[in-house]
Amino acid sequence: MSEFFTTTAIVATLASGIRLSAPFLIAALGESVGQRAGVLNLGVEGVMLIGAYAAYKTALETGNVLAAVFVAILMGVLMGAIYAFITVVMHAQQGISGIGIYLFGLGITDLLFQKQVGTPKPIDGLRSTSVPLLGDIPTVGEIFFHHNLLVYVAYLLIPVVWFVVNRTTFGLNIRAVGETPEAVDTLGVSVTWTRVSAILIGNALAALAGAALALEIGIFQYNLTAGQGFIAIALVYFGAWRPSGIMAGALLFGVVSSTVLQWKTLGIVSGSASSFTAMAPAVLTILVLVVVSRRIGQPSALTKPFDRSD
Amino acid sequence: MTTEKLDTSSVPSSTGLWYVPFVGLVVPILAVVAALAVGAVLLLALGASPLTGYAALIDGAVGDWDAVADTAIKSMPMLLVGVGICIAFRTGVINIGGEGQIILGAIFATVVALAVPDLPSVLLIPLVLLAGAVGGAIWGAIPGALKAYAGVSEILSTIMMNIVAAQILSLLLQDLLIEEGAIKIQQTRRLSHNADLPLLPGGTRLHLGFLVALLVAVIAYLIIYKTSLGFRLRAVGHSPDASRYAGMQVKRSVVQALALSGACAGVAGAVMVFGSISHRLIGEGGATAFTQGAGFNGIVVALFGGLHPLYTVPASFLFGGMLIGGIELQRELQVPAALIVALNGVVVVFVVSSLRLRTKLQRWSEDAVLRRGRK
Repeated sequence: MSEFFTTTAIVATLASGIRLSAPFLIAALGESVGQRAGVLNLGVEGVMLIGAYAAYKTALETGNVLAAVFVAILMGVLMGAIYAFITVVMHAQQGISGIGIYLFGLGITDLLFQKQVGTPKPIDGLRSTSVPLLGDIPTVGEIFFHHNLLVYVAYLLIPVVWFVVNRTTFGLNIRAVGETPEAVDTLGVSVTWTRVSAILIGNALAALAGAALALEIGIFQYNLTAGQGFIAIALVYFGAWRPSGIMAGALLFGVVSSTVLQWKTLGIVSGSASSFTAMAPAVLTILVLVVVSRRIGQPSALTKPFDRSD
Repeated sequence: MTTEKLDTSSVPSSTGLWYVPFVGLVVPILAVVAALAVGAVLLLALGASPLTGYAALIDGAVGDWDAVADTAIKSMPMLLVGVGICIAFRTGVINIGGEGQIILGAIFATVVALAVPDLPSVLLIPLVLLAGAVGGAIWGAIPGALKAYAGVSEILSTIMMNIVAAQILSLLLQDLLIEEGAIKIQQTRRLSHNADLPLLPGGTRLHLGFLVALLVAVIAYLIIYKTSLGFRLRAVGHSPDASRYAGMQVKRSVVQALALSGACAGVAGAVMVFGSISHRLIGEGGATAFTQGAGFNGIVVALFGGLHPLYTVPASFLFGGMLIGGIELQRELQVPAALIVALNGVVVVFVVSSLRLRTKLQRWSEDAVLRRGRK
């Protein structure tokens, strides 16, 4: 254990914690937009996988990381359109259709990977870029300002999402649709389109989260996300639907994951102990939910389809 | 969840119009056909012939008695989970934790079989099934209690319980329950012969688990519709506030529903261990390799069956057939098995999306009966 408590190890752990928090953060911010509009999307995990594969494949073919990110987001929007049709137009039960999307994403990405790529081929992922000046600060610079582009994007999304949801008319519509869709409807705002746009944003971000993951580690494999999408959904509850709260949760999970990785590298845990560490995020999520569930109110219309004729 | 609207048993069947009882069936079947059409597009994209593929699928599902038996074996765990889902959903509780509940049921049953391997079959088989039910019930009761007493969304907690269960399985099979020997494969030793589920006559692989699953479906039907417990659960599912006002214990009902639901899934776990060819608990390849996604598919099967335990029986057969046939399709066309997982997801989405259409159509046909009665 003593080898963990060195400055180098701790700085490395914190830095990689921030890096690992990026996919959680992006996906959870997206999910929060959808949930504010009253739509629970349990398919995040599947869309993340699709985004990850799309980014990986594009980067493998073209070597262009920006193109990879673009294609991933495009696939996310496409999946969002499908999910919007299922839940908003067809009024399907959201929890279960999300599981359907998850299974589809899990299967289709594995299928395409086996068919199109076959053996794992590494790609040139995103390289870390140091922020000018800030990156030169000792320790602090190493922890906060030596990351790849998508990590900065993830953290920039926090104020952006906050601003859009809390300070724009569109955001007001989203929040109103999530609380009292009937009232919004009587004011002439389309509940359907507000929800559809929120779903598109959420899925685009989920796919971006997948891309961030794939481009960070530079490979794709079966079930690359390994439950991160489900944890991202829990983080929305953890953060009580506020971007700042979601950031706190994402950081917590990122640092827990990086600590576990660091312990494995240093040989502090091995074998069966790694099962304990693998279940730690899930147990942590349940405990956190127990603590926060009582004092927060979720959007009143969450998971409830809207139908004028009802 | 508009569970009440899905209640197909409320459809009057003897009052005139012949097509009324069938209306509820048409839409989900169309949904499956639509999903298979999507599958055909996928097959074409893979450069394979959908016709050859689906011919192989049907052949693999019901081609001969062995195929039919395999279909029945495949549908057993989905039926058991689905029956549990009927109980949970009718109480207004969304149980997505079938995967974890199957695993805990399997672990409990395995531990019992390892502890008392010498008990005669007559005692050991009921005992391992009961142990499975207990394991699943515990894994269901925890999210139930979290929902009832701490306000934690069961949708999230059951998913997290799935992750925890998968890791417990992996943990136990790395260490405590692993078969002793030089090769470290994540599996137990061959469990006691006394716990083997006996084969049913007919020369196929079909075993006692099939009858157990049917029995559980009938028991669940009786519990839901013929007991005061079932009445209370349905009342809570319909309107928790009204039930509370009527003096019912809403919180306790939520825990009971999830525990019962988990118990059914737990029995599935036990059946999957003691009805398997290897008669071992195998963790190699991850938890989904063991559960085969039955925890998720059980939900679809239950929705397909209109959340009625008895209608869930044919629904589970349809799904079992599709999955078993899918293996044959995959073998015939030489496409990766991942195709089946993807198709499975498509079917889930189509069936769930069609439910509302089905409700509308059912209401329309019921209205037709009423209109006729008035004339």
